[in-house]
Amino acid sequence: MEGALELWLVTAACALGHYLWRGLGVALSGRIALNSELFNWVACVAYAMIAGLVMRIMIFPVGLLAQSEVVDRLVACMLALAVFYACRRNLLVSVSAGVTVLMLASWARTLG
Amino acid sequence: MVCVRGLKSLLNEEITVIKKDEGTAPGWRLGVRDAFGIPVAILAAGFIGYGSLAEEYGLSIAHSVFASVAIWALPGQLILIEMHSIGAAAIAIVLASTLSGARFLPMSMSLLPLIRDPRYGNATVYFAAQLISMIGWTMAMRRCPDLRSEERIPYLIGFQLTCIGTAAASVVAGHLLAGALPPLVRLGLVFLAPVYFLMILIGDLRTRLAAIAVICGAVAGPLLYVVNPQWSVVAAGIIGGTAAYLIQRKHGRRA
Repeated sequence: MEGALELWLVTAACALGHYLWRGLGVALSGRIALNSELFNWVACVAYAMIAGLVMRIMIFPVGLLAQSEVVDRLVACMLALAVFYACRRNLLVSVSAGVTVLMLASWARTLG
Repeated sequence: MVCVRGLKSLLNEEITVIKKDEGTAPGWRLGVRDAFGIPVAILAAGFIGYGSLAEEYGLSIAHSVFASVAIWALPGQLILIEMHSIGAAAIAIVLASTLSGARFLPMSMSLLPLIRDPRYGNATVYFAAQLISMIGWTMAMRRCPDLRSEERIPYLIGFQLTCIGTAAASVVAGHLLAGALPPLVRLGLVFLAPVYFLMILIGDLRTRLAAIAVICGAVAGPLLYVVNPQWSVVAAGIIGGTAAYLIQRKHGRRA
C-alpha cells in the first residue's frame, strides 16, 4: 500500500516536472533564443537518456521480455529499421514488423 | 525534435486531404477531424504498448491512465515505469523522467508566438501548453498559419484532447489485452513499446548532434546499467549527452 502511494506521488512529481518545461516555454517564448548552447546540451542529455533506456531494455530486459533471446530482439530491431526505411519511414508498418519478427522467432524456438 | 521528420511526411497526406474545410468549420472541430487518422493510429500503437508493459509490471489501469494524462509524454512515462520496476530511488526517477521532457521547452517556445491571440487569457494559454505533444506540435506548426488567429488555440485544444482521449482508451486496451492474450502475443505487446521508441529515435534524427547523442546514450545505457541499475538512466543521459555535446563542439571547431 505504501509502495503504491509512493508510485502515485512519484508519478505526480514527474507530471509536474514535465509541466515545468511546457510552462517555462510559454513564459520564455519570444524572450530568449532557441538555439542557445545550454539548450543544445539539454537536448543531448534527453536524447542520450532515452536511447540509453531503450538499449538497456533491448539487452537487459526485465520481466516477460527477458524470456526471449537477446539475438532475437536485436534481429527484430534491425529488421524493423530496414522496413522503416524501405516503407517511406512508416512507423506503424515497421513497428508491426519488429513485433511480428520477435513473436515468430520466439515461437520457432519452442519448436526446436 | 525526436520524430518530427517522419511525422511530417506521414501527416502531409492528412493535411492535403482536409484542407478544403478551412475557413468554414470552427477551429476545434478541424482539430478533432485532423486528429482522427494517422495521429490517432500512431498514438494508439504507442499507448497500447505502454499499457501492456505496465500490466506486465503489475501496475494498475488507474495508474496508467493517470500517468498518461498527467505526464502526457511517452518517453517520460516509460522511464517512470521501467525505473520503478527495478526499484530505483524516487529522486532518480523524477530527475530522469523530468529531464526526458526537456524537448517541451523549445516546442512550446516556438509554438506560442504562432497561436497566441488577445482573445484568450493566460489561463487558456497555460492550459494549452499542458496539452502539447510531439504529434500535436508538428500538426499545429503546419496547420495554424493557414487558420485565422482566433481559431488556432481551439484547433490545438480540439486536436490534443482527441489525442489524449485516444491515449487513455489505448492504455486501458493495452492492460486488458496483455492480461487476456496467450504468452507469445503478450511478448509481442511488451516488445511494442521499446521498438516504437527505437524507430522514433533512430528513424528521425534530424541533426548530427542528435545522432551522436543517441549513439553515446545507446552505448552508455547498458554499460552503466551493469555498474548501477538505479542511476543508470540519469547517468547515461548526463554522461552520454555531455560526451556527445563535447564531441560535436570539438568537431565543429576543427571543421
